[in-house]
Amino acid sequence: MVEYRIDRRSGIATYLQIVQQTKQALRLGLLEPGDRLPTAKEVVAATAINPNTVLKAYRELEREGLVEPRPGLGTFVRRSLARPGAAADSPLRAELADWTDRARAAGLDREDLTALVASVLEERFGETAAPGERGHEENG
Amino acid sequence: MTDEIDASGALEAAGLGKKYRRGWALTDAAFRLPAGRICALVGPNGSGKSTLLSLAAGLLAPTTGTLRVFGRSAADPGIRERIAFVAQDKPLYPRFSVADTLRLGRELNPSWDQRAAERVVAEADVPLSARVGSLSGGQRTCVALALALGKRADLLLLDEPMADQDPLRRHRMMGVLMAEAAERGTGVVISTHVVAELDGVCDYLLLMGGGRIRLAGEADALQSAHRLVTGPSATGGGTPDALARHTVVETRTTGRQLTALIRPDGTPDGDGWIVTEPSLEDVLLGYLRAPDAPPLFTAEARTTFTEVEA
Repeated sequence: MVEYRIDRRSGIATYLQIVQQTKQALRLGLLEPGDRLPTAKEVVAATAINPNTVLKAYRELEREGLVEPRPGLGTFVRRSLARPGAAADSPLRAELADWTDRARAAGLDREDLTALVASVLEERFGETAAPGERGHEENG
Repeated sequence: MTDEIDASGALEAAGLGKKYRRGWALTDAAFRLPAGRICALVGPNGSGKSTLLSLAAGLLAPTTGTLRVFGRSAADPGIRERIAFVAQDKPLYPRFSVADTLRLGRELNPSWDQRAAERVVAEADVPLSARVGSLSGGQRTCVALALALGKRADLLLLDEPMADQDPLRRHRMMGVLMAEAAERGTGVVISTHVVAELDGVCDYLLLMGGGRIRLAGEADALQSAHRLVTGPSATGGGTPDALARHTVVETRTTGRQLTALIRPDGTPDGDGWIVTEPSLEDVLLGYLRAPDAPPLFTAEARTTFTEVEA
């Protein structure tokens, strides 16, 4: 079971925070096929957000084929987003940790690394920001 | 009209007005609130929020116009069991214990749900044996909320319920209310003058000012109907030409820069203009700062009847 944490100051729509945190849990293997998501009532009792927001997030996850509602029972995970290569004990992760250590030894700080990784990802994948991850601009 | 016209919404008003000896508190209100919505009733002190809630609760009679609750007159005694009202002054018996107060609720309400009421009291950490008169203001509010939820109403009318709550109890009480809404589709109207309090909670909005309804409708529709634009201010003041065809709610000028909240007619453009979507709070603050801005009602929020039967 996952527990959602809603950040009202993040500028990210509340339903998207639920979608993203569910996907994160699916990637990390905290949620697996057959697991039940918390009911809308359970989520709103803990987070004090509007129930329709939870239902909207679950509809979005359903549209992406990740979960399915079973009438009278709840909403269940259909497929995982976990990949063997991204697991905590995978060689890829170990290589990345290794590379991070070398970069730090070379004097780069956290922001340098984030920028470096982002620029390589952009070069290899094209698109940068995932949809909905843009914060809303403050001006006044 | 026939019975049970829930399609007409939880609340629906036409030409609604209320005059006290000191003057009009509410004038010519016409709006619609569909069933099952979480509605924020926002406005400065003295803007008519409490008057509107008291009219909906059937505690006041309108001077003009009509207010329907689930399709029936708000004065109809048969409608009383479908609504619960928590007034700002929380009238409770100070000598009763909390348990006695809930017992009173059980005796007076045929559809009483003792477990729901006790859950609220437990969630608020209020002992059942405590005397109501010995409780803090925030705890008394929780007892009043317990009575309202125990009643199993279809519409909860709450007049500034969170004003005297500490942050933790506010979060818990809001959680209790949202769980009730999720489970039973209960509609909730919460009045407040703290806009940020209802961020992420309300999906419907009524903004009042000077006894009038100024904004009414779904929160996301009202939000997306507006844009914040920033650009060069017009030489000699006034509204720049680039904004002329839009409805300008409010403008503020800082040096050569002008920031405006507008309701765009088409895509706003112009050299050097930055256009962003405002937050709901930006929209509300803009209207609060500009009392003469033209009102806006979404299609959902428009009254479906016009006859006035006062």
